[in-house]
Amino acid sequence: MSKKRKKTKFNWRRALPVYIMLMPAVAYLIINNYIPMYGITIAFRKLDYKLGILKSPFNGLENFKFLFASGNLGPILRNTILYNIAFMVVGTVFPITVAILFNEIRCKLAKKFYQTTILMPYLMSMVIVSYLVFAFLSSDTGFINKSILEPLFHKSIPFYQEKKYWPFILVFVNQWKGIGFSMVLYLSALSSISPEYYEAAKIDGASKWQQIRYITLPSLKTMVITMTILNIAKICTSDFGLFYQIPKNSGPLYSVTQTIDTYVYNALMNQNNISMSSAASVFQALVGFVLVLLSNFIIRKINPDDAMF
Amino acid sequence: MFRSKGEKRLAFFAHIVMIVITLMALAPFLLMLAGSFTDDGVLIREGYRFIPSKFSLSAYEYLFNEWGQLGRAYLMTIIVTVVGTGTSVMITALASYALSQNNIPGLKLVFILFLIPMLFNGGIVATYINYTNTFDVKNSILAYIVPNYLVSAFNIILVRNYMRSSLPESLTEAAEIDGAGQFCIFFKIVLPLCKPILATTGLLTAVTYWNDWTNGLYYVTDSKLFTLQMLLDRMNKNVQFMASHSDSALVGAGVNLPTISIRMAIAVVGILPIVITYPFFQKYFESGITLGAVKG
Repeated sequence: MSKKRKKTKFNWRRALPVYIMLMPAVAYLIINNYIPMYGITIAFRKLDYKLGILKSPFNGLENFKFLFASGNLGPILRNTILYNIAFMVVGTVFPITVAILFNEIRCKLAKKFYQTTILMPYLMSMVIVSYLVFAFLSSDTGFINKSILEPLFHKSIPFYQEKKYWPFILVFVNQWKGIGFSMVLYLSALSSISPEYYEAAKIDGASKWQQIRYITLPSLKTMVITMTILNIAKICTSDFGLFYQIPKNSGPLYSVTQTIDTYVYNALMNQNNISMSSAASVFQALVGFVLVLLSNFIIRKINPDDAMF
Repeated sequence: MFRSKGEKRLAFFAHIVMIVITLMALAPFLLMLAGSFTDDGVLIREGYRFIPSKFSLSAYEYLFNEWGQLGRAYLMTIIVTVVGTGTSVMITALASYALSQNNIPGLKLVFILFLIPMLFNGGIVATYINYTNTFDVKNSILAYIVPNYLVSAFNIILVRNYMRSSLPESLTEAAEIDGAGQFCIFFKIVLPLCKPILATTGLLTAVTYWNDWTNGLYYVTDSKLFTLQMLLDRMNKNVQFMASHSDSALVGAGVNLPTISIRMAIAVVGILPIVITYPFFQKYFESGITLGAVKG
């Protein structure tokens, strides 16, 4: 990293341009991040449109009490957390297995082809993914209903009305879109393992499975732990696109597809319920803040290099 | 290298697994492509199939006739992506260079100012109120560019670290002795040397802008300003959207809309630029992922 620069006397000719260079970024952060922090107070106000949203009188924790009492928060919080746990488990075990297998392939051309293709879904916006999912699940024209269930004389399934399939669909879609991304990560971790370990193990007569068990997996440990902790820090946030676009914001599915982010969106934009949505979003921001601090503290204990601050 | 029988068997198994996963990644795109080329009547009877039993171009013909709307959305997306990414890269590079300096008072404080938003934010509602009440960006091109994506503190720290570790100090010092000002050093020396990292972060920003529909969902209601993703989002909710917002009298009136195939055709048109350019930027994209994820 950087060597210590020579201490020079402070001179404006050097410093002033530096301040000017910082100005656009600082101005943006103030507009985009710091001023909205004041907006947190909306969650503690009784809205009065005559006075304006940011000038309404305070009413303490009334909005939060109302949010908790409404019974809305329970299911959306449960969905958010359970989906995140499922994504975490599937998104760790599956990509690692695939990455280890991928590393066994020697043919460079095939590797390139596989990796290029698998990463492609990651580049697609959730709107596009929603179209792709629709082509499979639509009850009138979907591939599953028309080409698989119909020839089997099974009656068609209205996927966008039936709750029970969605936990699987969402976990699957999330993994389908994300596996290329996780693979790039784990492959870079695998490539940093020195090949000498494997050669030594081979000479000692270790089987392939033993090599994986005693060399590969232990080398991935810190990365897995770090990623898991980072994911736990984000356990109260969800991918708005996944939960909004893929189920097509379908009402009958809300009880299994609604997360904090889609709830906030629907309450704000469709019901115009600013008090409730801001209470929910402030709740999310506060929990997120505490979890980030906590997870950084833990990472710092385990592996100081990966700590954010 | 010598490979044992067991290793060869494992490699064979790996090939099979990878082929299955690759096919699963491709299949939805193929179904979409096939669906877009299928006759609408056949689609109603048989649904989307990988091999259409009746080929038809009517969906694309419709889109071609409606090119006014689609073309405008394309143009809008390109403008948003180019202006957004350009501005973002410039602001990021300037701030990163400034933060990579030593012995300038106040930089530590600014650095903390950049870190705080990574830990704590006002939440969606506060941001929404901010951009509709305090700074009104509704129904303008700024609505796509400014909220959330323009400057990422994380990218600034990434680029700053790159500058600190791979720009030889002697280079900027020599330029300074020769009497070059900070801005001159930045544009003539720092920017060209930081091309790789700026290309990587810029590419991720560009993909974000190209794919974004959430800013539009919150801040844009005027269909004249719709980007491609916004048009796709509306078509997803209501397949008649294009017909009802058509500005060519010819199509709007009575021509039958191939509703089932057009869903897929418009999605195909939407992903085409990404699919075509992807092989060229894949390398940068992958390095961007590894760079960003460790501390993302």
